[in-house]
Amino acid sequence: MTTEAKPAQAAEPAEPRIGLLRQIAHGELGAVRVVVLLGVIWLIFQSQNDRFLSAVNLTNLMLQIAAVGTVSVGVVLVLLLGEIDLSVGAVSGLAAAVTAVLSVKHGWLPELAIVAGLTVGLVIGLFYGLMVTFFGIPSFVVTLAGLLGWQGALLYVLGDTGTVNLPESTITDLTNTFFADSVGWAIAAGCIAAFITVELLERRRRQAAGLPVGPMASFLARAVVVAGGLIAATAILNSDRGLPLAAVILIGFCGLFAFITKRTRFGRHIFAVGGNAEAARRAGIRINRIKITVFALGSMMAAAGGILAASRLLAVNQSSGGSDFLLLAIAGPVIAGTSLFGGRGSVWHALLGALVIGSISNGMDLLGLDSDVKYMITGAVLLAAVTLDAVTRQQRQQAGRAA
Amino acid sequence: MDDQASGGTTSNTPLLVLKGVSKSFGAVHALTDVDFEVSAGEVVALVGDNGAGKSTLIKAISGVQPAEEGEMWFEGRRAHVHSPQAGTALGIATVYQDLALCDNLDVVANLFLGQEVTDGGPGPVQLIDETAMEQRSVELLDSLSVTTLQSVRQEVASLSGGQRQSVAIARAMLGEPRLVILDEPTAALGVAQTRQVLDLVKQLRDRGLAVIVISHNLANVFEVADRIIVLRLGRRAATFKTSEVTHDEVVSAITGASLAASNGASGEGAR
Repeated sequence: MTTEAKPAQAAEPAEPRIGLLRQIAHGELGAVRVVVLLGVIWLIFQSQNDRFLSAVNLTNLMLQIAAVGTVSVGVVLVLLLGEIDLSVGAVSGLAAAVTAVLSVKHGWLPELAIVAGLTVGLVIGLFYGLMVTFFGIPSFVVTLAGLLGWQGALLYVLGDTGTVNLPESTITDLTNTFFADSVGWAIAAGCIAAFITVELLERRRRQAAGLPVGPMASFLARAVVVAGGLIAATAILNSDRGLPLAAVILIGFCGLFAFITKRTRFGRHIFAVGGNAEAARRAGIRINRIKITVFALGSMMAAAGGILAASRLLAVNQSSGGSDFLLLAIAGPVIAGTSLFGGRGSVWHALLGALVIGSISNGMDLLGLDSDVKYMITGAVLLAAVTLDAVTRQQRQQAGRAA
Repeated sequence: MDDQASGGTTSNTPLLVLKGVSKSFGAVHALTDVDFEVSAGEVVALVGDNGAGKSTLIKAISGVQPAEEGEMWFEGRRAHVHSPQAGTALGIATVYQDLALCDNLDVVANLFLGQEVTDGGPGPVQLIDETAMEQRSVELLDSLSVTTLQSVRQEVASLSGGQRQSVAIARAMLGEPRLVILDEPTAALGVAQTRQVLDLVKQLRDRGLAVIVISHNLANVFEVADRIIVLRLGRRAATFKTSEVTHDEVVSAITGASLAASNGASGEGAR
């Protein structure tokens, strides 16, 4: 058997060693690529206006991206399936309106009103999932109909006044709470400890199982980068108002769903359905159940983002979740490297993408640029990112065929 | 139109028996009253022209597209395979021509797709045990002498055709099946890779598995198969013991010539 295998081995040349630069271009180190992009953007704006990288402005940036980043978390889940949800903006507006109206006009407890808003998102997502799976309607169309319909529902829920202002409550506290310095440090320390513990445990398990482990140096390098980044971020945020609750919410959602998508069976099946739905079906994966669950989670995250947006605006009005909110929520993860074709991406791209788009927007505001320039530049960045995604995909396919 | 050499049945009872299986798609009768049987430790080649019903038959066996009529017996017991899961549970593993691999996942994830090893957590929050999966993947690929992979953590998108076929067959072996169905396993493979796959098929038989191979390549069929079952226009046209038949006889059964001339006429059939 082994003697037979040898000629085959010779006939199949080993994979060519891929250089670091090509890996980055191929999107295999997508996260690194985006961090570099973010660094370039920050340096450009900092060189134009030295208030850009100030503690105050970076804290504002976190507050600005919390809502859209949270919506993007749901968008990533749907994109991983190879589907799309064009209604996340409208759903976020509707859910925020339901929350605001219930708490302000009907006197519900703010917490209950928030749960009601999230439930609205969940139910809408379930509905999408059923339409897509049972009737086989493309998600593009279902959610486009949803975009129109829920915008109407938003106007209806808001009623004649058209605007519901939010008095100070748990809802407004979501984006207006800052943790004491000590709490910020404790959270940062906890995250660093958790990261190191998990990585070390995994190394030990792999070693015990006789599997190869990466060099210790690369683990240490990653630990230093993570710890350094968290310490620097905490120091900066603490020198202003402190760690914002909104940032904890956004990063918490990212961490939670990153864990679900990467470590659980359900998450693995999301990637499988997005990569090759037929293969997943034949492997016994109940793809309808996966799709319905993901649409429900996606719309619920849109609702959560809408509530955060209302919290920051201190109101819900007829344009909540409208305008460019939807486009930015989808553009963010795509810029960060989540594929529109399904099966490739990471929940962390929601955070990274929101940081990129938020930085561009924030920086151009600081420079006093008008909306016309802002829109055009953001559009150009999105186009460049999607082009890179498409090129990467082509190269990957060719590499697979040629090998 | 029935068996010309029904001596194919070995002494022990067959592992899988189909009786009177029929399936149609609208007005098209893909399968009409087909009987089929395969024993443990036997390689049966399923041959026939395009559209003869080979794929429909294996889809009926594996549960991907259950047949409308007919009975199925597995290990002497009546079996109802209405879904791929039911087929898997019974011990039937299928490797499709398109391999059904997820390009975006690595080799380990593909091997265990749908049967991930978990820590047995509740419901949807079952954590994947990557270490155990990777360990078993390495063992499995070694035991099948699949040595060309650089790493089991490679994305399947970056593998060659032969490597993909090997991964697909290895995946079929993971559930420790009793019956393995291979749909065109050597199509689009080079000489060396074809040899590797054929050796793999013989290895499966020597392990006591029942193997069904669909192939257009009669040279390959004659090399690995113990029996050859010919489908033609959705019916079972002939059965041969590989050791007792010539190339031409199989070809004429495939084309239909053997129906006109009683036995062994060379290709020039009346149709």
